[in-house]
Amino acid sequence: MAGAVLRRKRYIWREWLTSYLFLLPALAFFLLFVAFPMLKGIYISFFDYTLRDFDFVGLDNFNVLLHDDVFAKSMWNTMLIVLVAVPAVVLFSIFAAMTIYKKSEMQRSFFRGVFYLPAVSSVVSITVVWASIYHPNYGILNYITSLFGAEPIGWLGDTRTALLAIILVLITTSVGQPIILYVASLGNIPTSYIEAAQIDRASAGQIFRKIIWPMLMPTNLYIIVITTINTFQVFAIIQLLTSGGPMYATSTVMYGVYEQAFMLGSFGLASAMGVVLAVVIGIISVIQFKYLGSDVEY
Amino acid sequence: MSAYTEVRHGGKREGIAVERRKRRELSVGKIAANILLVISALLFIFPFYWIVTGAFKVQNVAVAIPPEWFPLEPTLDNFRVLFNNPVWKWGFNSFFVATSEMIGVCLVASMAGYVLAKKQFPGRKFIFILFVSAMALPKQVILVPLFTMLADFGWIDTYQGLILPAIGWPFGVFLMKQFAQTIPGELIEAAKIDGCSELRLFYRIIMPLLKPALGALAIFTFINAWNDYFSQLIITRSTSMMTLPLGLATLQGEYTTPYGVLMAGAALASLPMILIFLLFQKAFTQGITMGAVKG
Repeated sequence: MAGAVLRRKRYIWREWLTSYLFLLPALAFFLLFVAFPMLKGIYISFFDYTLRDFDFVGLDNFNVLLHDDVFAKSMWNTMLIVLVAVPAVVLFSIFAAMTIYKKSEMQRSFFRGVFYLPAVSSVVSITVVWASIYHPNYGILNYITSLFGAEPIGWLGDTRTALLAIILVLITTSVGQPIILYVASLGNIPTSYIEAAQIDRASAGQIFRKIIWPMLMPTNLYIIVITTINTFQVFAIIQLLTSGGPMYATSTVMYGVYEQAFMLGSFGLASAMGVVLAVVIGIISVIQFKYLGSDVEY
Repeated sequence: MSAYTEVRHGGKREGIAVERRKRRELSVGKIAANILLVISALLFIFPFYWIVTGAFKVQNVAVAIPPEWFPLEPTLDNFRVLFNNPVWKWGFNSFFVATSEMIGVCLVASMAGYVLAKKQFPGRKFIFILFVSAMALPKQVILVPLFTMLADFGWIDTYQGLILPAIGWPFGVFLMKQFAQTIPGELIEAAKIDGCSELRLFYRIIMPLLKPALGALAIFTFINAWNDYFSQLIITRSTSMMTLPLGLATLQGEYTTPYGVLMAGAALASLPMILIFLLFQKAFTQGITMGAVKG
């Protein structure tokens, strides 16, 4: 009897030990390269941290940001990009998914693939071709608008169009994953629900509002939250197409972080910007969860 | 009696008419939606068409207005000029970094995902929540402190600096845990009763069962690693450590580089990923869908 208890105890101990050993690599990498940098980022945001100095300055960095016009402009631009791009991505993805999910397997994977192309391609390739499309003199976009009698525009060099031009590219690179997810969740809606509604003579609009939309809610929540988080961090497209210009018209917070840290060497201020951005993203994610999550039935 | 039949008949006929009208409305909407879909698809394909055709155009053709929609006299000169740069080295760097990340993530994530799904031990729930909540963390925000840390290690402009940080990203653990939950516990018990050691059990039984999820995770990690431009930009310094996208970005930054050469570079930097995606679309799609399902 005592021997059995001991054996049982030893067995549990071994289970625990093997579990921790199996977890160790993942946990070590995670703590070292994700958790620790996150804490360090908060820590150095209170320092004047450049290549020469490392001095504690309290909240000075945040105070600087509060009174910095460029930072305000970057934050405004970031918000604008999120407000335009996220709804556009969600609406386009739902439209595309609704149109393709009933097609044959071959057509479905063809369209899914086409809309995913910009997301799997290197962002550098994407910006190379868009820079040529947008070019004021040789660009194909100005050629096409000129056929309709429009004057040529420097799409990326004009403060009025630059941000819009960036947002368009951003949208094309962001819809791939949402479309895949929407197609998957539309496929999971039992056809009997929709058939029953059709027998009851429900219109297409009613079917969408009353059946399809509620069933899509969990996917909506996920896609909106993820797309918002990603859009807030838009960087590569901007760095490669406009470098934040002209006149900071396309500067975003993430681009500002890059500029401060890696071009001006001021890591403390850059980290403070990163902390502000993370807090803003956090607050908005929580709001989205609260607001959209209440409709979700798991 | 006959009146009754009349009414019933009329009702039915009316019903059919309504049905027809509805179907007509529906099909008009459907046709419009399909036209819009095809137009958007063409707009999505066009940049890639422009890259591939542009790669074979000489400079004065590439900038010609009206544009030459198809290169009538294709040239390979652009590729020749492009390969004056260390493109082979850049390609090797991209492949090496992406492959290492892929292997690292798959190994580490499947081990962790398996025990998180199938074993009972103190702290299990806490650790899982730690991983999941970190997934919502804005990834690029930690790049500045990560950079200063790698600089302290002396890892700037090294392979370990490019590869190891990405292995800590918790998405893989989450994906593997989700999938490992579907493994029947009896299978594991039976193997243990047969005296199978933990390592053997994992290697011989768990890993093969995780194969579909591992495939998806592998492709996912590989493509993400290849395209992780921001990390590569800040961690790389020398020309010989650059990845293919980064090398291309440098050429793009030198404003004298001809269009055709940039397009050739753009094709090289993206075609491998597009091919991998097209070949493994099914596994890839499954991975994305699995990763989004709530546990």
